[in-house]
Amino acid sequence: MGLEAKLSGDGFFVTQLEAIINWARKNSVYPMPMGISCCAIEMMAAADPRYDIARFGSEVMRFSPRQCDLMIVAGTVTYKMSHVVRKIYDQMPDPKWVIAMGACTSTGGMYRSYSVVQGIDQFLPVDVYVAGCPPRPDNLLNALIHIQNKIGNTRAKEFQNKKRLELNVIQNN
Amino acid sequence: MDRFTKDEIHPKIIQKLLEDSDITIDDALENEMVLNMGPQHPATHGVLRLVLKLDGETVIGCVPDVGYLHRGYEKMAENMSYHEFIPHTDRLDYISPTANNVAWVMAVEKLAGVEVPVRAQYIRMIIAELARIASHLVAIGSFAMDVGALTVFLWTFREREKIMDIWDIVCGARFTNSYTRIGGVANDMQPEAIALIKKFLEGIDNNLIECEKLLNTNRIFIERLDGVGVISKEDALSYGYTGPNLRATGVDFDLRRAVPYLQYDKIDFRIPTFTEGDCLARYFVRTDEIRESAKIVRQCLQLMPSGEIKANLPKRVLPNKAEVYTKMEELILDFMLINFGINPPVGEIYHAIEGSKGELGFYLVSDGKGNPWKCKIRSPSFIHIQSLPHLVKGRMISDVVAIIGSIDPIMGEADK
Amino acid sequence: MELKEIIIQKLNEHFPDAGFEFSEYINEFNIKLDKKFIQPVCKFLKEDSELEFLLCEDITAIDWARRKKRFTVVYHIFTLKHNYRLVLKCDVEEDDCNIDSVTSVWRTSNWQERECYDMYGIKFNNHPDMRRIYMPEDFEYYPLRKEFPLMGIPGSLSLPKK
Repeated sequence: MGLEAKLSGDGFFVTQLEAIINWARKNSVYPMPMGISCCAIEMMAAADPRYDIARFGSEVMRFSPRQCDLMIVAGTVTYKMSHVVRKIYDQMPDPKWVIAMGACTSTGGMYRSYSVVQGIDQFLPVDVYVAGCPPRPDNLLNALIHIQNKIGNTRAKEFQNKKRLELNVIQNN
Repeated sequence: MDRFTKDEIHPKIIQKLLEDSDITIDDALENEMVLNMGPQHPATHGVLRLVLKLDGETVIGCVPDVGYLHRGYEKMAENMSYHEFIPHTDRLDYISPTANNVAWVMAVEKLAGVEVPVRAQYIRMIIAELARIASHLVAIGSFAMDVGALTVFLWTFREREKIMDIWDIVCGARFTNSYTRIGGVANDMQPEAIALIKKFLEGIDNNLIECEKLLNTNRIFIERLDGVGVISKEDALSYGYTGPNLRATGVDFDLRRAVPYLQYDKIDFRIPTFTEGDCLARYFVRTDEIRESAKIVRQCLQLMPSGEIKANLPKRVLPNKAEVYTKMEELILDFMLINFGINPPVGEIYHAIEGSKGELGFYLVSDGKGNPWKCKIRSPSFIHIQSLPHLVKGRMISDVVAIIGSIDPIMGEADK
Repeated sequence: MELKEIIIQKLNEHFPDAGFEFSEYINEFNIKLDKKFIQPVCKFLKEDSELEFLLCEDITAIDWARRKKRFTVVYHIFTLKHNYRLVLKCDVEEDDCNIDSVTSVWRTSNWQERECYDMYGIKFNNHPDMRRIYMPEDFEYYPLRKEFPLMGIPGSLSLPKK
């Protein structure tokens, strides 16, 4: 939802511009590490020298949602926490992607209990689910590659018809 | 930093904040600031939320709000068998999973009256001490990162990865191990794993000194911690402190020495204590404990006898997998244990071990069935977070970050 | 004289009406007493110079579901002087679901009693801050009571809109 969407809406062909923007975007994904529980440690391990997430251009972990493209929800989301997660997601600027890291984030996992949300897709749009409890750092890197492919294949017109709802949410906040 | 309006803060929290003064909420919003910190904040080690009342930059009131990671462990434990709960204990204090495994199975064994072979006890000590090293490495690294020294974090994580490798070989999982079983451990320690542990122990002292060189002579690091977050001996005991945080106030209390379990009474180790009770002392206690834990593991490797790793109690202890697949008797026992549980006698026990954060205890009530009637987890982090208002009162807002890092809370076990 | 006997003797001497029942199970010494006496007994155990139970390890409750006195509040206290653990127990009835707080004795009991209230609904009298601790403030149920289902009650906790 940037320049290329605006231009193509005005009747320009923007394929080359789109390609270059997607290339830049996918190789500098800024993650928003929504570290909640155990998976957060493996997410930190993905940033350490051995797994080195910097190889994929994502070492810049930003704790401010305003500066991020990708939200990595790492850990069990409880009902009490879900409102916070959603609020932070709403604060991220478009375009944005979400990784649900780990079994309990994706489906509730082993926590079949009264306080755990059985899958964050009940209140968030998720792009990539990562299996494992917790997933190994390699697995998270794999998810990141999937996200990069998805970003690379994004076309400007996909944003065109999207309602500006989320933008309104930000302004109302 | 947002200034909150009256509607956004829960009325009971406001009431709590203002109860020791006679000003109204409108006055408070005019003169003093109420700042929300967390639950999504890089320095809160997870999902801890603090509501701070500030006068300028000085903290004059603090109300911690926990429960953002409340997963209902105690309710789940009532609905599953004792074996089933072992993987759940990994995720309590997820920095040192094997120590929690040991604590849980020891509590169940005490309840069911199972004697564990000596070799298994030594293996448990080794993994529990490695967990303590891993936990303290993360504590020091993330603590240093909170106060601005990023390099230390990378170096301590490098060391921690070596422990992860050991666990990877020992039990096949990098992080959430579930290595112990009721009556012993899942499998014997492989020679490769022992070789790796020895290699790790050779390097740990020098690598730790390397990390310390970055911190101990760093003036910024020292000055941000020295004299910050002081708690006296009496207050610490009254707040229920245990573990490194208590020993930083000068109390020489360690469950490994006070109520020896496993084979700790045969091991020679020192309990590091400091008397200052501030953030710096808590950091020093942790670095010294890493050395002592390494010493314990070295002795364990020497003293470890060969022999069985599981007790021979077919009604309580899972049989070996190889026998389950080949022998009828074992198959039946395995089936019974998995489906109906171990049925300990009616009774109730409390068992605590010295976890990496402090006293980690399990209180179990059995009604003679396969699943516990009640399970209570006594988690040290929960108790330590409680003292935050006492520690941060009168300090600057930037000290809050250092203080949270120094008491090293893990929200997984604090919220249960 | 063993520490256990000293405790029995001292408690009987100072609190003749408290209705003590002493028992032992796997090296753990249990004392059952009337709930009215919990605060003075705790204060005595902490301040007596011979005992010094300075550390309150744990406070929790048990829901017995079918018994007449439905709840039992359990205190685990520890003395560093003798390295000895003591278990105190008080029965609480469902109709009269409250007990005196021991926050004035050990400050650590503040949150532990709050947790107990959050999970079982047992009110602690004279507690400085009796709020829920884990569950949201507007949650109406007490999760660890036996009648509460494991998966919770649908609709009792809200989710954000998608």
